[in-house]
Amino acid sequence: MTLPRITARDVSVFYGATRAIDRVSIDVDQDSVLALIGPSGCGKSTFLRTLNRMNDTVAGARVEGTIRLDGEDIYAPGTDVAQLRARVGMVFQQPNPFPKSIYENVAYGARIHGLAESRADTDAIVERALRRTGLWEEVRDRLRDRGTTLSGGQQQRLCIARAIAVEPEVILMDEPCSALDPIATARIEELIGELRGRYAIVIVTHNMQQAARVSQRTALFDAGRLIEHGDTSDIFTNPREPRTRDYITGRYG
Amino acid sequence: MAESVTPDRRERALARRLRRRAAAERRFRWLTTLAVVGALGFLLVLVTSIVAQGWRGFTETRVAVPTDLAAAHLPVDPARLGGRGADLALAGAGLEGVVDRAADRLAPDLLSPGAWLRVRDAIKRDPSLLGRSAVLDLPAGDALDRAWKGDGTPAAEAVSRRLAPRLSTGLATGFLTGADATDATRAGIWAALKGSLLTMAVTLALAFPVGTLAALYLEEFAPRNRWTDLLEVSINNLAAVPSIIFGLLGLAIFIGAFGLPRSAPLVGGLTLALMTMPVIVIAARAAIRSVPGSVREAALGIGASPVRLVVHHVLPLALPGMLTGTVLGVARALGETAPLLLIGMRAFVAAPPRGFTDPATVLPVQIFLWSDQVSGGFVERTAAAIIVLLALLLAITGVAVTLRNRWEARR
Repeated sequence: MTLPRITARDVSVFYGATRAIDRVSIDVDQDSVLALIGPSGCGKSTFLRTLNRMNDTVAGARVEGTIRLDGEDIYAPGTDVAQLRARVGMVFQQPNPFPKSIYENVAYGARIHGLAESRADTDAIVERALRRTGLWEEVRDRLRDRGTTLSGGQQQRLCIARAIAVEPEVILMDEPCSALDPIATARIEELIGELRGRYAIVIVTHNMQQAARVSQRTALFDAGRLIEHGDTSDIFTNPREPRTRDYITGRYG
Repeated sequence: MAESVTPDRRERALARRLRRRAAAERRFRWLTTLAVVGALGFLLVLVTSIVAQGWRGFTETRVAVPTDLAAAHLPVDPARLGGRGADLALAGAGLEGVVDRAADRLAPDLLSPGAWLRVRDAIKRDPSLLGRSAVLDLPAGDALDRAWKGDGTPAAEAVSRRLAPRLSTGLATGFLTGADATDATRAGIWAALKGSLLTMAVTLALAFPVGTLAALYLEEFAPRNRWTDLLEVSINNLAAVPSIIFGLLGLAIFIGAFGLPRSAPLVGGLTLALMTMPVIVIAARAAIRSVPGSVREAALGIGASPVRLVVHHVLPLALPGMLTGTVLGVARALGETAPLLLIGMRAFVAAPPRGFTDPATVLPVQIFLWSDQVSGGFVERTAAAIIVLLALLLAITGVAVTLRNRWEARR
């Protein structure tokens, strides 16, 4: 068994005086997709955003406990947050390509993190990222077009390509399919399957079937607490907690 | 009771409500249209009245004066006419007197005080004039100019009627190239225009970078606390301070404390920059705030540092808005008179400024000064100067709009 990529221990998040996450401990493994499920407002997105410190941008947000990435405390003083986010990439709920060309969207991260020495390097990185997300054949002739001219599903795959162009260790996905139609959703889910193993993936989803389809591990959150987590097959077929059973059978949430 | 309302009555009530709503909406639309028509009407009246008065300011009355330069025997060495001493040579030889005497034969005080300079320039272009007699078209003096344009004293009207065959109207080239003068026919706008351009250059060079950087600090980097709140309130209040106060400030600080020269475009520009900066800060902050949060998240999520987020993403997206705010601010500064009066830019400036520290005036102040003059000639010049100021404003906004469109198309 390999060491987990991320270990979170007793993580609590406060917004001012409100406790949004209550002493959550969980591991993110290298080889499996971890799905975070739970009713709206249960804190699963908040928890996801603590993993690359995106919550730092929220005024009054405070994190307790420890989160280690490959053994390093990411909340330790002196941590370079930008560098951390290069290692822990993120895909958002709404596809949000930069209002720049498709090429620039993918090249940007590689460029600012010094992964590309030359023009040829950049070209190679862009092509590889776009191929890995299955976009290359669709956009190879229009790399100079704006990223925002693509369809919603293509835009989301472009955002995934943008994230993987930086060669992160972990990719966080915050309901990546909630703004997409079923076909585009299926394409993204397929892509998640292809990316598994290469990157550790954490996905927040509202869609029970999606969690069952794409993940190997599942964690159920409710009211800021981690109710249950384990292998996806176990959670869905043999939940230990009554609340988990109620939630996955659609009796609440 | 609901049961007692027949379907027929309900339908009629519905129709009545719909009619009433349609009428109310129509009235409201009319009101909005009326507002636009009214505003356009005022603009039209303004522009037509200014143009009607001002176009004459760009014209001058010319008198065909028979001048026999050969008979005058001007003691000028023809060799000097080509060189740089030509002006001095012709002035020293008494050319002004010769021209005056030639004009006096038609009527006394006929020509504009600067008329002989035209003869000088003509001789420089064609030295053979010195050896023959010619009929020269020379600018008329103020009295005759007024009379020919239909607004003179009875005496001048009489001269104008008598000399009518010799009179013509031409483009007042001196108006666009000259400086202020005591005589309306010699007064020009170029000095004030150049003063305005120099002043604006200082204002822009200072207010744009300082204003946008301050806005970036306040929006992107400043912590939220009582100190920055105070800063914010102060800047907003600064935008509402009457402009003349900035003039007092400029007088006390730039001239009083720093000892910079009075009447200089440098001081004027600094003063107007103080006045313009809060406007730019407010506009730039609005532009920065309108950058979508999704772009910020995207940039931070890919590992852009806060400074890279600003330089690579926020600034390019906010720049068109910042530019618009800057143009509004600079346009306001361009039309500003009061603060400049206080720092001495109302001086009589008879030569265009050659640099940022030369005495200068600006277009609105020049307009203000000329509007104070009694002579009818200056009324025309005032309106003409207003046209120049409006044209400059239009040119600046035009450039800004073009720049912004190109910018937005490029992104």
